[in-house]
Amino acid sequence: MGNILTQWLGDNLLTYILIPVPVLVWVLVFALYAVLGERKVSAWMQNRIGPNRTDKFGLLQTILDVVKLIQKELIIPNRADRLYFRIAPYIVFTATFMGYAILPFSSVYIGVDLNLGLFYFFAITSLSVIGVLMAGWASNNKYSLFGGMRTVAQIVSYEIPTALSALVVVMLAGTLSMQKFAEIQSGGILNWYIFGGPGSVIKIVLIPIMVVSAVILFISTLAETNRTPFDLTEADSELVAGVHIEYSGMMFAMFFLAEYAQMFAVSGVVTTLFLGGWQSPFGDLVPFLNTPVFQVFWFLAKSLFLVFVMMWLRWTLPRVRIDQLMTMCWKFLIPITLVNLFLVGLYIILT
Amino acid sequence: MPITTILFYVLAFIIVVSAVMVVFNKNVIHSAFALFFTLFAISGIYVLLKADFIAITQIMVYVGGILILLIFGVMLTTKITNVELKTKNLNVIPSVIFSLGIVTILIFIIFSTKWNIKQAVENEETITHIGKALLSTYLLPFEIASVVLLVALIGSAMFARKIKD
Repeated sequence: MGNILTQWLGDNLLTYILIPVPVLVWVLVFALYAVLGERKVSAWMQNRIGPNRTDKFGLLQTILDVVKLIQKELIIPNRADRLYFRIAPYIVFTATFMGYAILPFSSVYIGVDLNLGLFYFFAITSLSVIGVLMAGWASNNKYSLFGGMRTVAQIVSYEIPTALSALVVVMLAGTLSMQKFAEIQSGGILNWYIFGGPGSVIKIVLIPIMVVSAVILFISTLAETNRTPFDLTEADSELVAGVHIEYSGMMFAMFFLAEYAQMFAVSGVVTTLFLGGWQSPFGDLVPFLNTPVFQVFWFLAKSLFLVFVMMWLRWTLPRVRIDQLMTMCWKFLIPITLVNLFLVGLYIILT
Repeated sequence: MPITTILFYVLAFIIVVSAVMVVFNKNVIHSAFALFFTLFAISGIYVLLKADFIAITQIMVYVGGILILLIFGVMLTTKITNVELKTKNLNVIPSVIFSLGIVTILIFIIFSTKWNIKQAVENEETITHIGKALLSTYLLPFEIASVVLLVALIGSAMFARKIKD
């Protein structure tokens, strides 16, 4: 299983219940402080101060926000479809959290090291689409429904460049298991797949292809998480807030939690595929930095950096129009990834 | 009772209940959403059979693709926020006779077949074998299927496009 908890507690039911707990705790803590982080980052970028009234640097801000949200009444619109209105937020969050099963936090801690890990991730995160559609339709509100449909159109289109650009790494590594992706990229920063992966000097020709693939994967995961510049789905100036409009209290918080959880999950996947996963950038020069505890540190540091880049982009770029979004996907990203796939295939045959 | 048996019965219960809901719901969108639970639980059955690749493909193709297209189609065919979309029961007597006939045939087949029950094999690298088989033994059917899909895609794009005179 490659999981330290299975070694400690044995291979029984209780262990399988306990394995996701640290990840769940991490997701909740991450979401709390990512919201604060996002507000701080946006404030600095706009030359403001940001939340600073609670505790030292506003550290308690989101915790108090959550306390406020818990106290709020859950308002269900009169003509909404009660059953599906209520289960939609949970489907969205569950689908996102199921993706965490294959994130390798360290060489000794992964939910389950499936030999189809990456494929599983792409399949299971696409489930959240159903939840969004359900929420949009059940709210019985035009703006919600439009928001939901836009989300779905966007996610379904961007699944193609996501899968194709990840396929480049799959071809080089010859596996789909997330743990193996990380293991292969051992031996320092130059062996990461963004620099062509392990191999002889000739891999230099791969570097431009891999950099382009990594950027495309990042762009399309950005579109799949509905972050600016692709946040057409909640475009507050046109659609008020997309599928979130009718939701209040903790049900709204579930959507928010799912969004931040997904940001970290896709960052984790990009990290594992291109940035060496839990490998230390110094490789074998400093063996101490490659122990399991430090591996968790490297994985989180790299993923959190990508999350920071997402926030950075959000407060820098304006929102794209729907036709620009589709043009970019079908006329630029997909042809480029297909060419990349062809070139990498050629490289594999020739070397 | 081992945990897998309990899981099997839970999944089977979900499949049957949601499938019944798909058929008997008057609201088309409710049927579509109930279909989501049916398809998802079926992929759980595949997991119990240790067919991991098929389980994930089931989610990817049926839940992530076909079901979404279905819901989209249903939503776009009527007025967009219309909740009144209803189906009616027509031709009750002929359909009851017809489906009872199919049920009898199916039950007869299930009981007369000699089932080959084998212990599930733990396969380490399912996808390697599937990939090799697709690109060697079954190359021709694979290519034909892709050409058929391409033709369907181009055909539907042609129908959907407005013809300019």
